[in-house]
This record gives sequence, C-alpha cells and structure tokens, in this order.
Amino acid sequence: MLRIDKLTKRFGDNVAVDTATLDVDKPCMIGIIGRSGAGKSTLLRMINRLSDASEGRILFKDRDVTNLTGKAKRAWQADCAMIFQQFNLVPRMDVVSNVLHGTLNHRAAFATMFNLFPMADIHRAIDILDRLGIAEHAPKRAEALSGGQQQRVAIARALMQDPKIILADEPIASLDPMNAQTVMEALRRIHEEDGRTVIANLHTLDTARRYCDRVVGMRDGRIVFDGLPEQLTTGVAREIYGADATFSEAATSTEIETLDATIRAERMEAKAHV
Amino acid sequence: MTDLTAGSQSVAQIRDNYTALTQRKRVYGGILLILFVSLMVAGFRTADARNAGSFVDGWHRVLDYPNEVLSEAWEKVAELPAHLVTFFPALIETLNIAAASTLIGTVAGTFLSLLATRGMAPWPVMIPLFRRISDICRAIPEIVIALVLIFILGGGPVPAMIAIAIHTAGALGKLFSEVNENASLKPVEGLESVGATWGQKMYLGVIPQVGPNYVSYALLRFEINIRASAILGFVGAGGIGYELRNAMSWGQGRYDEAAAIFILLFLTIVIVDQLSGILRDRLTHGTEKGATA
Repeated sequence: MLRIDKLTKRFGDNVAVDTATLDVDKPCMIGIIGRSGAGKSTLLRMINRLSDASEGRILFKDRDVTNLTGKAKRAWQADCAMIFQQFNLVPRMDVVSNVLHGTLNHRAAFATMFNLFPMADIHRAIDILDRLGIAEHAPKRAEALSGGQQQRVAIARALMQDPKIILADEPIASLDPMNAQTVMEALRRIHEEDGRTVIANLHTLDTARRYCDRVVGMRDGRIVFDGLPEQLTTGVAREIYGADATFSEAATSTEIETLDATIRAERMEAKAHV
Repeated sequence: MTDLTAGSQSVAQIRDNYTALTQRKRVYGGILLILFVSLMVAGFRTADARNAGSFVDGWHRVLDYPNEVLSEAWEKVAELPAHLVTFFPALIETLNIAAASTLIGTVAGTFLSLLATRGMAPWPVMIPLFRRISDICRAIPEIVIALVLIFILGGGPVPAMIAIAIHTAGALGKLFSEVNENASLKPVEGLESVGATWGQKMYLGVIPQVGPNYVSYALLRFEINIRASAILGFVGAGGIGYELRNAMSWGQGRYDEAAAIFILLFLTIVIVDQLSGILRDRLTHGTEKGATA
C-alpha cells in the first residue's frame, strides 16, 4: 500500500533522514520512536509533502507521490491527513469550522473564504465531533478548548478529510497523561473501526507498545528497528535511544498505569531488602 | 458514523443549534454585503456628480501628462546622465532629512509607546495623556508643521526634518504600543523581582522582545519619510522636492530634468525597499534553524 524507498532529506550538510525504507502492505497502526532530532517529524512531513524529499521515492498504491506538484500534490495531501503536536488549528474560528477545513481541497476557494460549507458537511462534522466525544463544544472557539480537546478537534479535521492514511506527529507530546490516553485511544479506534492506516511519531516507548501493531525505531535519520511491539526489548530500546544501562522504560513513561506499576515494583524491591 | 457516547440524543440538538447559528451568521453577512455594495455605488455616484468633469469622460486622459513628460525626456535622452549627476546632491539632502527624522521619530515613538502601554507605563494614570499626544502628532499633516516652522525658522532642511520627526513619533508611537501589547510581561516581572528600575525593565525586558518588530516598522517609516521629505521640498524645505517642483511646474522644456528626478526617486525607493526587506528577513528568521525532526 504505502512504500517508502530510500527516502533521504538533507538540510545543508545535515542529513535529517538517511535512506529510510519502509513497506506498509496492509492497514495497521505504526508507531515511530526515537529521540528528538532522529528524523521522525521530517519523515512524516515528507510523506505529507509538507517538505520535499532530497532523494528516494514515496509510493502509495504503486503511484509515485514524491514529485507531485500543484493540484495533484494538494489532492494527495487531502488523502493523507496530518495531526500535529501543537494541534495547528485556527484559534479564533469555531470548532466546527476548524473541522470543516478538512474539506477545503474539494471546495471552491471563494465559498470557503465566506465560510459557506454545505449543510451535509456541517452535519458530518458534528457527527465526527460526537464520535470523538466533544460535540457539545461545537460552537466554541478552538482556542477556548483544553489541549486534549483541541487535539481531538484536529483528529476530527483529519477524519473530515476521509483520508487513506493518518499521520500523527507527536500527537500527545504536549498533553497531560489523561488527555494523552484519550487521544491515543481515539487514534486506535479510528484504525480499528475505519481500517485506516495510522502512522504516529511517539516519544515514549510504552505508548508505542500499548497502541501500535508495529514499531519503527529511528536513530540519527536511519531506521534501526522495524518489528512487532513484543520484539522491542529494553536492549533494543537502549540502542534506539543511544542510552546506557541507566535507561529504564518506566522512567520515560507518561502512562497512568505505569505509575502504579512503578510504585508497586519499588515497594516490592523495598520489601525484598527488608 | 457510529454514535459511541452516551449523550447521543443531544447531537440532533447540537446540530440544530449550530445550523441556526450558521444561518444567522450567513443572513448577517449577506445584509452587510448588500449594504456595503450599495453604499459604494451610491458614494461613487455622488463623488462623480460633484466632480468638475465626469470620471467616464476623463479617465482615458490620465496618461496624457506622463506621455508628455516621457516623450520630451526621450528627445533629450542624451542629457539624462548629466541630470542624474546634477540632482544627486539634492537626493542626498532628501535622504538625510528622511534618515534624521526617522531616527528622532523612532526614539520619541519608543518612549511615547512605552509610556502609553498598559502594564508597562510607569504612571498608568497618564496613559490617556500620552495616547492623545501621539494622536496629535499623527493628526497634524507634516506639511502644516513644516509651513509653520519655515515661517519661523526660514526655509531649509531643518524645519522639514522636525515636521517629519513629529509625525513619525506619533505614527510609530501608535504602532509600537500595539507591538508592546503583544509582548510578554513575564520577563518584566522577572526583572522587577530583582529590583530593576523602570528604564532597566524596559530596555532589558521589553526591547529584546519587540526589537525586530520595531526595526521593521521603523524601516517602513523610513521609506515613507523619503517620499514625505521629497514632498516637503515643494513648500521650500530643500532637497530633491524643490528641484522637482521647479522642473515640473514651469514646464518649459525641463521635463527631462523631471524625468531624471523621478528616476532617482524611484531607484532610491527600490533600493531602500530591498535593503530593508533583507534586513527584516534577517531579523525575523535569523535565529531560526532549518532542521527540525
């Protein structure tokens, strides 16, 4: 379905993504992990064509999308939704309008500038918001919502695009643990119910392990791990993050469940010492 | 789409409410649009009726004067380089007037803006006073100030410079205070907590935040002031405007000189625009690094 072939991105002398190759043959949920600066965002931005690849190809259903321009490029972007760390909504517009922006590619520019969208689209937007549990905020301004709610609005905008792939660039990095869980569960549900492929950059291991069918590890622009979550041992994780033996998964966790687990483990340890 | 939340019966309500909201907005928008268009049409008709001639009859003659200037200048194109050299000192004078007035106006505008911004002003009660001062500076046309000053001080570049500086102080005071309002007060609070004076707080806490915007506005103002100082030359304030008036208004075979002056002015504006564009770009994007991951 989606094939990335020796994709490379250079910024001057820096190589942000180095001959990355990835093959997604059926819809699944993929988590990309790696420390900041590993090239995760650049990879997603190249797939969405927010930035151009220096070398290599991106193929979707055997169609090369790497060098599309103009209308064809925008059509691909409409098929390939992106969710950002900082939500990237229009803060002063209401929630439904923000969700309706998902249809911009199919609408005439003039009508959208006057915020004239078909009633059917408006109803669909509200249905999507309801599905994500934030329909009651529909008429509010996006900036009036909390971070977790704003991120769900961003997911609703992505769903409004009716995309073939959803890319999520650190979707939970600026959220508290409770909101992070809601957002990740929403993404997982979209994958399971709609069968859409979701590719998410994640900055914690346990999130990737909990929600993803497949985990890709990046280090210094290269893909150094590609496998099932179960294959992601502490040793592999240390290699991905370039960390030494002091690295432990619980220490980086933002999951609420892990907190209990860590405390329990510590108590057990304490008891063992006694 | 499946409804998964418990409160799904309210979705219909949410839909209806939002639909009503949208329709109300659209009706208001439509009424405003109709009002705007009809006002524009009515206003244009009134203006056209009060004109000495009609716009419809006159508009095609717009190019007659430039045509005459250009054709006369073209006949004496050989003299053009000499004219450019002749008028270059006058251009420098005009540029000097613009630069000095921009500098003085920027400094005065900075003080006016800091004194008139809520949260930064040392005497909050006086904010309206400083606002009105900058309003007044802005409201009086610079040509009026220049004429009064020429009457008092005699002709020359100094009255023009003072006149433009006053206008610049008012205009930049307003723009700067809008920039100040968007600046974060947290650094100012941080400096206050260590016992800084007002001047220290402003210079070290506010200026670094607003600096790039200030420079950008000041450069824009410089461009405007070049043109303003050229215009003030018309009323006897020296510089290239004085020469331009002589060349243009007497109109006895001196259109080639007028063309040379126009070329000089045009080139100056282009160069200043390019330079300030580069500078602004460096100020706003200079710290940004290319790579993000």
